[in-house]
Amino acid sequence: MLTNLVETDVVIIGAGPCGLFAVFELGLLDLKCHLVDILDRPGGQCTELYPEKPIYDIPAWPEISAQTLVDKLMEQIRPFGPEFHFGEMVTELERTEEGFRLRTDGGTTFRCKVVVIAAGGGSFQPKRPPIPGIEAYEGKSVVYSVRRMEDFRGEDLLIVGGGDSALDWTLNLQPLARSLTLVHRRPEFRASPDSVKKMFALRDAGEIAFEQGQVAAVKGEGGQLEAAILKTPEGEREIPCTRMLPFFGLTMKLGPVAEWGLDLHENLIAVDTEKFQTSEPGIFAIGDINWYPGKLKLILSGFHEAALMAQAAKRIVSPGERIVFQYTTSSSALQKKLGVL
Amino acid sequence: MAKITFITVDGTRYDVTADSASTVMEAAIRNGVPGIEAECGGACACATCHVYVDEAWREATGEPQPMEEDMLDFAYDVRPGSRLSCQIRVTDALDGLVVRVPERQA
Repeated sequence: MLTNLVETDVVIIGAGPCGLFAVFELGLLDLKCHLVDILDRPGGQCTELYPEKPIYDIPAWPEISAQTLVDKLMEQIRPFGPEFHFGEMVTELERTEEGFRLRTDGGTTFRCKVVVIAAGGGSFQPKRPPIPGIEAYEGKSVVYSVRRMEDFRGEDLLIVGGGDSALDWTLNLQPLARSLTLVHRRPEFRASPDSVKKMFALRDAGEIAFEQGQVAAVKGEGGQLEAAILKTPEGEREIPCTRMLPFFGLTMKLGPVAEWGLDLHENLIAVDTEKFQTSEPGIFAIGDINWYPGKLKLILSGFHEAALMAQAAKRIVSPGERIVFQYTTSSSALQKKLGVL
Repeated sequence: MAKITFITVDGTRYDVTADSASTVMEAAIRNGVPGIEAECGGACACATCHVYVDEAWREATGEPQPMEEDMLDFAYDVRPGSRLSCQIRVTDALDGLVVRVPERQA
C-alpha cells in the first residue's frame, strides 16, 4: 500500500458542518487543517442523508437546505485552503513527542499537534441486514464489501439488495462465482437502468438467477453458510449458497474512535465546556459526537464549540503566543486572512 | 386531531392522539410506543419506523412514494401495507387509524 505522509497543525476527523466550520475558526488563528472523511464529499449527514431537506434553526437563515448550508460553509472556509482526504477512515491514533500520529485505512499518515474529532454520529458503515442470527456468519461467509474478487471464485454466491452496489457486484462477480443468485424485495431497482438491463440479460441467458423476495433466515454451521431461506410472493424457498453479500445501506457507528482510550459517556465523547477537550489533552471533540451536561445536538451548538476549541488548539500549537481577540468586521489582520482586504 | 392505535407484536394496544400535520412516527415517539426507533429523526433516511397499516386504512394512508419504497428495501419483513411511519402525515381523515409494529426494525 502506498503511504502518504502529511504534516499539519490540525487533523479534523469528519467533514460535516462542524468539522468544516472548525476550519474557519482555526484558520483565523493561522492553524492549517487537514480533514479526513469516510464519505466521498463534504457535508456528512447533511449531504449523505438529507441534502434537500430544509433546516430552520441556523441563525440568520430562516430556511436553508442541508446541501446549501454545506456549499456555503465550503465557500466560507476556502480562504484557509483546507485539504480533504475523502474515502478514508482514521483507524489509529497515537501520541508522539511532538503531538499525534494518525493512520488511515487508505494509507495516509498524519503528524499533527492537535486532533479534532467532529465525526457526528460516527462513521458510515455497511448496515447489518435484519436477518436473525446473521452475526455468526459475518466475516467468514457473510461479507459487506468486496476486498478481493478472487475470494468469490467457485462459490455459490447470494447477493441481496436492489441498489448500485448489489447490481455492480452481480455483474462483476458472475464470471467468477460457481452460481450467483440476486435477491431483491421487488421488481423495481434503485440502480442505474443500464446495470439492471445487463443483469436481466444475464438472467435470461441462464448465467444468474434473480429471485424476488426477502431473506428471512440463514442456515449453516460454524460460520459457514449453507443456504438462505427466502420469503417470496409465492411462499418460502431455500436457496443453497456458500457466500452472501448483503447491501442494506449505511449506518453510523462510533468505529475506531471508541478504542482510543478517551472517556466516553453512553457512546459519546465526554468533553469540558471551556475547550471542548476530551480526557486526552490535545484531542478535542465537537458537534454531535461529544457530550457534556446540557448538550444539544444542534449544528449551531457545534459551531460555538468549534470557536472555543480553536482558542485552546492555538495555545497548544503556538505556546506562549499572545492571542488577541478580534472581530472579522473590524480587524484588518483577519480580513487579510479572509482575502477581503 | 386523530386517534391512532399502535398494536405491538405481543398484542398490546397503544391508543394515542396525534395533531394534524404531525406524522404517525412523531405520535409514536412522543407517546413512547415501543418498537418504533426512528433513528434518522424523520428524514426518510433509515427504515426504523416501519409499520404495517391495517388493511382497512390502506386507501386512506395512500401508497409509499418512490423514495420511501427505496428505503423499505432495508426494512425487515416488508409486507403489503408496509409503510415508514414518518412518511404518513396525520389528517382528520385518519382518525381511528390502526397500525401494527413489526417484530423488529432494520
